[in-house]
Amino acid sequence: MKDGAEDKAAPGRGRAAVRARLWEPIARWMFLAPAVAYLLLFFGYPIVENIVMSFQQYTTTTFYTGAAPFVGLRNYTGILSSDLFARALPTTVLFTAGSLAGQFVLGLALALFFHRRFPLGRVLRSLLLLPWLLPLVVSATTWRWMLDTDTGVVNHTLRGLHLLSSGVPWLTGTSQALASVTVVNIWVGIPFNTAILYGGLQDIPAHLYEAAKLDGAGPLTSFRRITWPLLRPVAGVVLVLGVVYTLKVLDIILIVTGGGPADATETIATRSYELSFQQFEFGRGAALGNVLVVISLLFAVVHLRANRRALEAGSTGP
Amino acid sequence: MTPAARPAARRITALVGSVALVLAAAGCGGGEGSASATGKVTSITALDYYTDAREHAQWSERLTACGRTAGVTVEHRSVPGASLVPKVLQQASSRTLPDLLMLDNPDVQQIAQTGALTPLDRYGIDTSGFDKGVLSAGTYKGKVYGLAPTVSTIALFYNKDMLSEAGVTVPRTWDELERAAARLTRPGRYGMAVDANATFEGTWQFLPFLWSNGGDEGRLDTPQAAQALQLWVDLVKSGSMSKSVLNWTQADVHDQFVAGKTAMMLNGPWRISEMAESRNLHWGVAPIPVRSQGQTLVTPLGGEVWTVPRNPSEARREKAARVLACLNDPTHMLAVAKQYFTVPSRTAVASRYTEQVPAMRAFVKSVAQARARTGELGVGWPRAATGIYTAVQAALTGEQTPQEALRHAQQIATGS
Repeated sequence: MKDGAEDKAAPGRGRAAVRARLWEPIARWMFLAPAVAYLLLFFGYPIVENIVMSFQQYTTTTFYTGAAPFVGLRNYTGILSSDLFARALPTTVLFTAGSLAGQFVLGLALALFFHRRFPLGRVLRSLLLLPWLLPLVVSATTWRWMLDTDTGVVNHTLRGLHLLSSGVPWLTGTSQALASVTVVNIWVGIPFNTAILYGGLQDIPAHLYEAAKLDGAGPLTSFRRITWPLLRPVAGVVLVLGVVYTLKVLDIILIVTGGGPADATETIATRSYELSFQQFEFGRGAALGNVLVVISLLFAVVHLRANRRALEAGSTGP
Repeated sequence: MTPAARPAARRITALVGSVALVLAAAGCGGGEGSASATGKVTSITALDYYTDAREHAQWSERLTACGRTAGVTVEHRSVPGASLVPKVLQQASSRTLPDLLMLDNPDVQQIAQTGALTPLDRYGIDTSGFDKGVLSAGTYKGKVYGLAPTVSTIALFYNKDMLSEAGVTVPRTWDELERAAARLTRPGRYGMAVDANATFEGTWQFLPFLWSNGGDEGRLDTPQAAQALQLWVDLVKSGSMSKSVLNWTQADVHDQFVAGKTAMMLNGPWRISEMAESRNLHWGVAPIPVRSQGQTLVTPLGGEVWTVPRNPSEARREKAARVLACLNDPTHMLAVAKQYFTVPSRTAVASRYTEQVPAMRAFVKSVAQARARTGELGVGWPRAATGIYTAVQAALTGEQTPQEALRHAQQIATGS
């Protein structure tokens, strides 16, 4: 509109304005181009390649000859009907649900704790980030030693406190191992949950609490009526990201239990890794990987939907 | 020889290797080569998994010496054991394979199947006089693709002090083994230790029991195999062997033994140089016990095989083959064997070796009867090996009886 007004006032500059109007969409695309190119190259291409691979009989020989016969849905039917998948799926669900519940509850508790100001609070809060800063190989290996049945410090302590006479087979019992890797993963995930939830807490205006206090609300009521409702969008983000991060956990399980004992801690992610990089059945590994991507994608869609709804609710509000 | 790295490190290097592999699948990778302008080959490349600083240096020296006889310099590179095969696949797809490649013997047939290796007969390399087992590991479809200077296998290591203190003689049969292990078990110490990991290393340790008792990887659900598995189950159930064996690698087993937390263990001779460094440890080596006296002990054959990948330059391949032949000549064979406590793979050299190094007698004897893992099933071996360690894990955790576990193993092995 402004351009039009200028056109009338100074007809000599009309051509420049036209050129600017033509230039504008091109410029817009040029700003987009690096991001689009990056996404296509580093996300689009591998995903397409992975999907194609999942429909091929892709073996070690393929690497040399390049020949990968098309086998249709055979990789998928083979994977989904195998008893390995039937075992890995519930394990994945238990691992993910257990990790999320633990990380979120403990993360929220710590975030609430550090929300109150007290001496050394900031130092302690930064120390809490340590598990996040350590290389996973280091922390997972340490956990493996700590949880050893005979020589691990965990059983040693329990025996010392006379809580049990013999050792708990943390990593070698089929029912205990899954709980153990879940605990390790909770430990790894707490800093992330605490950091994000703490940020969410900072955004809640302090005067709301003051008003609630004047109205005679106790800490429990103000948590239920103020903190939780206002923290919900952040909590949603944390949980959805948590699902996606936990579904793909590989390193912790591989190092702590290696998927054992007797496949007790074998998740879809570790199975897919094993198929591709230990048994070199890349086609089937890719198929299983895609199944995992689809599950993650479902949660991502839920996340985006919820986000949009929250935004809409926010913009139509007063 | 099976790589001695810790599991975490191995798994992580495998992870890193996998990333490289994904890139390889996408067809990335630069070219390399160093034929001089006149077409005369002056240097070749070699790849192995001897990443240990001392071992790497020793092999560099040997490759340089052999390169000199062939008139080339050798660029020697090492990658961690777990990422060697992924690395090779990556190089195969980008056509950047080294001129000389070392592979763990059970991997040779799989790589040969891809077409990335060349048979050695075309270079006129003499393969006579080699131990049959090691030759079969390097053979694919009737052609020899790789030769190992030395081979190894596993045996029973025992703590002499603990045995004499408990008044136990070295066990020769399974019954004796169970009794000895029970008597050697004390608070804070186990009688016996093996690697029952859910990896090919776990399979490798179970094989002596399976094979010596007449079991076979081609048919796993047999009474003979069940008896072997029952032995391991009994050792764990009676408390003579820690349940942690499910999670131990050979390196962990060795650490337990050196720390005095186990009186006997199954391990390979490549631990000897390390064990020799701990002064207070008095150890001995004996053949692995068999079920009943009179049975022949059959152990799996370990050893790294050198191969010549299929590179476009005929001249480079010829040079690489000459270096390979040099590594496998009797002199170098003997030197390697003495350095790493392995066994020369030519039978004539092996007997000369026994005279010079009598301590290695148990291994030389075992190796003569040793079988290559891929000798029978060839490229089908990885499936059977997966079945075996799955069965071991299922039986030791008590999830399944040995019979059930082995039935399942057979299903895995046949892919049904």
